[in-house]
Amino acid sequence: MDGFGTGHLVYLLNGLLWTVVLSALALLLGGIGGFVVMLGRISRRRWLRRLSMGYVQIVQGTPLLIQMFLMYFGLGVAGVQVPALLAAALAMMIYSSAYLGEIWRGCVQSIGKTQFEAAETLALTRWQSLVDVILPQAARIATPPTVGFVVQLVKNTSLASVVGFLELTRSAQVINNSLFQPFLVFGIAAALYFAVCYPLSLWSRTLERKLNAGRRQA
Amino acid sequence: MPAAVKLENVVKRFGALEVLKGISFDIEPGQVVALIGASGSGKSTALRCINRLEQIQGGSIHVCGHRVEDPALDPRALRQDVGMVFQSYNLFPHMTVGQNVILALKRVKKMPKAEAIKIAERVLKQVGLAEKIDSYPEQLSGGQQQRVAIARSLAMSPKVMLFDEVTSALDPKLTGEVLRVMEDLAKGGMTMVVVTHEMAFARRAADKVIFMHHGHVHEVGGPDILTNPETAELREFLEHDL
Repeated sequence: MDGFGTGHLVYLLNGLLWTVVLSALALLLGGIGGFVVMLGRISRRRWLRRLSMGYVQIVQGTPLLIQMFLMYFGLGVAGVQVPALLAAALAMMIYSSAYLGEIWRGCVQSIGKTQFEAAETLALTRWQSLVDVILPQAARIATPPTVGFVVQLVKNTSLASVVGFLELTRSAQVINNSLFQPFLVFGIAAALYFAVCYPLSLWSRTLERKLNAGRRQA
Repeated sequence: MPAAVKLENVVKRFGALEVLKGISFDIEPGQVVALIGASGSGKSTALRCINRLEQIQGGSIHVCGHRVEDPALDPRALRQDVGMVFQSYNLFPHMTVGQNVILALKRVKKMPKAEAIKIAERVLKQVGLAEKIDSYPEQLSGGQQQRVAIARSLAMSPKVMLFDEVTSALDPKLTGEVLRVMEDLAKGGMTMVVVTHEMAFARRAADKVIFMHHGHVHEVGGPDILTNPETAELREFLEHDL
């Protein structure tokens, strides 16, 4: 039996690449979804607020793993055969849209009703007020928690391994099945996750410090 | 001349709490009206109903030809005629003074930027802050920020301006500069509704004083009612205030 070689490392790095791809898809799609959820949560229409609130509660109250099963096996049984990447990306999109929507709603609401009122008193539409006045201020506050959430997102892509998507965790499993060196193989996988997540955590903390220092962007 | 602002039997409730219990008053074009009263008397709410920041539950409000309580009214049409200045200034902190002033000119009036900047320069000069056009709000004193807020509102050429306790958040040293700007506006013929605790200002600048008490208009008159109140409630209010 051979030991861990360059071929295995390349295989893991390929898995890492797919982890990054899945994270990026989840962030992009979940970001779009999260923006819509945020709009719903701050809407003037009560039914829209309730609808998006219900969505958030259902998604946050169910495990991501189950959401992944629903997308992969559920859609499969319903006759829609989805590739593992798509199923995983859809599940991660739903998951991140709920969390990002809530994070961003908090940021928008922390800007305060008075800024909205000032903008609307100047005869701006609600949309113009949001785009020109509220969002630029909310974006500053939202960046640190959003980056922090991306760290969770990257780690949670490992759940996609259970639907057979060949990302980093699944790649490590495949290698371990032949090498039986779990400490080494999963240790390297953990190190690779860390190499992605740690800089993000650092960045998030730096952003937070800058924000707390109360500096305004020029 | 028709009234610029006319409230008839206006009722405003927040849940079970009735804040305005059927108030009526008129404001002629060019008039400066001081709305006074204790906190909780409904004066700020009355002001906020005029530009529909609050919806009313009864009565009617006419402002420059708009029927404010009409659900079909586009509030933006109303708000182009009615400017408002808040106690907490509410400048947009991520924009320079100039950007604060030109935002609505660009977005609402669809004015080219160069033209909007000319207006910004004019209104900032009017409030004595022409040199601050490129500053950020946080670089200004409270009094200066409030003068920028007045300029921002003025830039839209409103027919009526509402002032909601605009000096209450200010250091007493800084209230003077804001009140002077408002007195200049009053002399220039602006129709103004001013919710204020500054009785000296009301005496100097107001054409009409409306005293609110427990959600009613309790006494109305010229600024002389501040010296010779008719009702016991206004007398008591003035004594406590001074």
